[in-house]
Amino acid sequence: MNGDDLYREVILDHFQNPRNHGRIDPCDLEAHGVNPFCGDEIKLTVLMGANGNHHKISAIKTEANGCAISRASASMMTETLEGKTFDEAKQAIHFMRDKLLNDSSLPWPDDWFDLSSLEGVKKYPVRIKCALLAWNTLTEGLKDFEHHSAPGKISSSHQETD
Amino acid sequence: MTTSTLNISQRRKDFPLIAHSALAYLDNAATTQKPFSVIAAERDYYETYNANVHRGVYDISERATQAYEGVRIKVAQFIGADNPLGVIYTRNTTEAINLVARAWGAKHLAAGDEIVITEMEHHSNIVPWQMIAKETGAIIKYVPFSTATASPHWEELPRLLGSKTKLVAFNHVNNSLGTINPVAEIIAAIKKLSGAKILIDGAQGVPHLHVNVQEWDCDFLAFSAHKMLGPTGIGVLYAKEGILKTMDPFLGGGDMIKEVSMERSTWNDIPWRFEAGTPNIAGVVAFGAALDYLNTIGIQAIHEHEFLLTKLALELLGAMDGVTLYGTKNAEGRCGVVSFNVNGVHPHDTGTLLAREDIAIRVGHHCNMPIMRRYGIMGTARASFYLYNTIAEVERLAAALPKIQRLFAPVKSRNGG
Repeated sequence: MNGDDLYREVILDHFQNPRNHGRIDPCDLEAHGVNPFCGDEIKLTVLMGANGNHHKISAIKTEANGCAISRASASMMTETLEGKTFDEAKQAIHFMRDKLLNDSSLPWPDDWFDLSSLEGVKKYPVRIKCALLAWNTLTEGLKDFEHHSAPGKISSSHQETD
Repeated sequence: MTTSTLNISQRRKDFPLIAHSALAYLDNAATTQKPFSVIAAERDYYETYNANVHRGVYDISERATQAYEGVRIKVAQFIGADNPLGVIYTRNTTEAINLVARAWGAKHLAAGDEIVITEMEHHSNIVPWQMIAKETGAIIKYVPFSTATASPHWEELPRLLGSKTKLVAFNHVNNSLGTINPVAEIIAAIKKLSGAKILIDGAQGVPHLHVNVQEWDCDFLAFSAHKMLGPTGIGVLYAKEGILKTMDPFLGGGDMIKEVSMERSTWNDIPWRFEAGTPNIAGVVAFGAALDYLNTIGIQAIHEHEFLLTKLALELLGAMDGVTLYGTKNAEGRCGVVSFNVNGVHPHDTGTLLAREDIAIRVGHHCNMPIMRRYGIMGTARASFYLYNTIAEVERLAAALPKIQRLFAPVKSRNGG
């Protein structure tokens, strides 16, 4: 199992040493996602801040229970999105989905080296959901947050469908 | 290592997907590969006598009807049923169990009646009962699962069964652990305690073990053709004739009625009452070819061969550090299934990595979530064998696991922690 294109060192590193692991308490946004196909589960907690008139993700932590791909992806996501505005986060989520689901040819941003390693998952269609679980869960969380105009503690739940 | 009585290298040539592939196909509890003869039978029907059954007055329709009904006799013989009229074609095991829940349960279950099943059932032998219980007000009781014996706590039957028990349903062989239930013994115990009807989920048993419904004296037996070399989309419900006659149809439509007026219809005789609409004729004739193939080899020889493979897999995997096995310790109580986990590795990662070594296994909860909860795990990696699998394939599986362990050995974090 050499020349590995999916289980690369960078993915195994994030799986074994997850960044931003744990809970933020109290938090402004909490989202829960599950993938019933494999039982993967993730809990996101986010602390909001402001960048001028824009909401931004001041801090984000995850508690994940699942395969190497889903946990590594969640770890990488928190590293990449910390400090980003909502719009930037949404663009990033869109970019990831486009890369993995639509085979987008857009180049990976320079500082996304770790995330680019997830592209290997495209060869295993059934595993793409694992790589996107954290991202889809955050999407639902952000949507809920925005639907509630007044900032406060918001809880969201996301379930992947087959 | 004792050699098996099957001439495996010769047998492998009978299966197109096995003969021309480097793949070690170890996912037979999910579905089995099909021999040339089964594929040819389906093709032959479409090419030479494709016509609807039970209505045509011309030659090929007669032939189609004869072939379709002829397989019913073969099925009855295969499971030791005295009467082919007790054999109903369904889509699969799941539909067969739903048929009983709907057509028998809706008529015979009332509020407060009890259905007893085990925690070791496939979801398809749990969910239909939950649905009909909700509708009728019946109550479901579970025989709890013991991780120590990898089987249900059968000694609890006296506590669970009584005059309110109307149905007991359990599997012959469990699909995630391979545990073989001593069906005859359990049925005898049930009959001493209650007059409940008994349904056996035979999906994992009929393809691998000798089954005789008369010796068992069960009321219902459900199984699928595709797990025993046959095509997908064909399953069987066997039921005692007397019980079938008390049941109303499952689905309404053509072929299941005697007479239809604007106001009402009268039901056809059994088993056709339960086979509404044009059936899967091609699937049935191909299933007949699968039964011929199995009869030629003999179910006992198949089981002995699987036993050797299971024993070897348990020995090889059991000797590895960092690999956890689930189920009975010995191959004796098992039926060609070995569930395991590489410690610290999610079964989906194990499955993907094995796939890249050309080894096909199943990963996940195997529709056995109550068992997984008892073990405190989300799922397992499962290898399951059939007549065409080889010792070399089991050795390949075992040899691949240390590679996965090496890949998942702790890496130094670039994050400084």
